Amino acid sequence: MATDKPLTKNIEIGRAPFNFKQYEAAGGYESVRKVVTMAPGDVVNLVKDAGLGGRGGAGFNTGLKWSFVPAPDGGPRYLVINGDEMEPGTFKDRLLIEHDPHLLIEGMITTCFALQAQTGYIFLRGEYTVCEERLLTAIKEAYDNGMLGKNILGSGFDLDIYLHTSAGRYICGEETALINALEGKRANPRAKPPFPQVSGLWGRPTVVNNVETICNIPGIVNNGVKWYQGLGLGDFVGTRISGVSGRVKNPGCWEVPVGITFRQLLEDYAGGMQDGYELKAFLPGGGSTDFLMPEHLDLPMDPGAVQKAGSRLGTSLIMVLDDKTCPVGCIRNLIKFFAHESCGWCTPCRDGLPWTEQMLNKLEDGTGSLKDIEILKEMTGYMGIGNTFCALAPGAMEPLQSGLKYFIDEFEAHVEYGCSYSRQ
Amino acid sequence: MNNLIASTAIKARQLTEEEIHEIEHEKTHYPYTQAVGLEALKIVQKYQGWVSDESLLAVSEYLDIAPDELEGVATFFNMIFRRPVGKNVILLCDSVACWMLGCDNLKQHISNTLGIDYGETTKDGLFTLIPVPCLGACDKAPVMMVGRETYTNLSTNKIDQIIAHIRDGSPVELDN
Repeated sequence: MATDKPLTKNIEIGRAPFNFKQYEAAGGYESVRKVVTMAPGDVVNLVKDAGLGGRGGAGFNTGLKWSFVPAPDGGPRYLVINGDEMEPGTFKDRLLIEHDPHLLIEGMITTCFALQAQTGYIFLRGEYTVCEERLLTAIKEAYDNGMLGKNILGSGFDLDIYLHTSAGRYICGEETALINALEGKRANPRAKPPFPQVSGLWGRPTVVNNVETICNIPGIVNNGVKWYQGLGLGDFVGTRISGVSGRVKNPGCWEVPVGITFRQLLEDYAGGMQDGYELKAFLPGGGSTDFLMPEHLDLPMDPGAVQKAGSRLGTSLIMVLDDKTCPVGCIRNLIKFFAHESCGWCTPCRDGLPWTEQMLNKLEDGTGSLKDIEILKEMTGYMGIGNTFCALAPGAMEPLQSGLKYFIDEFEAHVEYGCSYSRQ
Repeated sequence: MNNLIASTAIKARQLTEEEIHEIEHEKTHYPYTQAVGLEALKIVQKYQGWVSDESLLAVSEYLDIAPDELEGVATFFNMIFRRPVGKNVILLCDSVACWMLGCDNLKQHISNTLGIDYGETTKDGLFTLIPVPCLGACDKAPVMMVGRETYTNLSTNKIDQIIAHIRDGSPVELDN
């Protein structure tokens, strides 16, 4: 019977990841053997029909994204893996790469065949040093065993995979900024269109996918659409890595069926709040998502359901805000991150985020005014979607705008009394 | 934090054999040498500790990338050091999960212990302290890196042990 945990079936924390032989013995690289007998377009359709959504945060249908790549013209085409995990509160790609690097490589080979791309790059966060070492080993093993290089499995398909380690900038998670960085330029985002599928790396057709997205491909190719869709609860599709950080008893991340509720993740997996702490609010999927409140705990962890509640599922790694932590301080910390990580390309983001941080500093220091709160509200509009070059600043505004909605009393109390929470 | 090359009197240094060897290896991964710029800066930094003006000019000449363009890349990325740093760079995560779990206290503790603030280096040249955005280990917060090692579930006690081990050159083994 096919596994119900296609992403983590080989993962056992505390033991070294599978080497090539162990991975193959556990059914690894089967999807490569299968895919080389298929028509590339059929693989694209299979992934499209499966309904796999991108796991980097935006959730766009992966097969549909692939289908925008034009027909081969004899020139180079690229698959680029976004492993620049830097969204505050997100730690899932680290788990997948550190503990099962061959799964990513298998997914890349299968994907490259579908796209007829002969070069794949893994864009890895430089700080992920263990991931780097394990990926280099796994790539070498894959070459040594004929899964990479010329004429893979006698199919006539050639593929090279290279690892690029970055040097720390959140904006590299934006796919066009990532492409600029990979070309050796400053990582400013590019205007879209043209989209990377048409004109990406060095002006050639390029697909940028998240690590977890590509780790899903071998399972879908091996077991098919029905199996994949059956992994989710009810009408929900597939599994995904979800997790919890903050003051819970058992922080971590796990592969869960899509459709479980926030409450299930928080209570059944993360063991509930630590003793003495109560849940005040939570960010459902990273620092650039709107706060949700305890009354939202019974929502399914599905992008559509979360959107209806006014937030985004994002990376689906929850961060809990407890009752003893200041929400204004929490938002200030998030804005400080985004202000630091703004690439500086467009004015609202470059100048607006530091101004926003300063106003939050004033509120925390007890020197803020009601006028500052009004300006903060205006800022969420100035830096909203459509007013900036990319999604960085609008993302930064999400916790702020929802914080102003849910915790307005606390913002106003900061004007009167400063921050009344004890420094941790 | 721009560190534009101040004087035309500053000249490129000679890259070492190891540096050239590694840069040449990276060149095989990309169809255009500009793409090797960041990798080359990282290679130089690995051997020299930081990227001096002389190093930047050397890479610029070697890869035929304009110095100001390469400087634009060098100053864009958090992890390229355009000023000298200590032998061990402490990267303390100050993003949201670590903040909730007390990284401000840890920062104070490190500052008190080593006598340095963010961006500063100890007089003996052993440590530099720098804040780093979310290290992606939020389930084990608070966390920091020293060099290429990541240390998780930090406490002041654990930090004392790490610093002590590094000071006397012994491998860092922690009794959690």
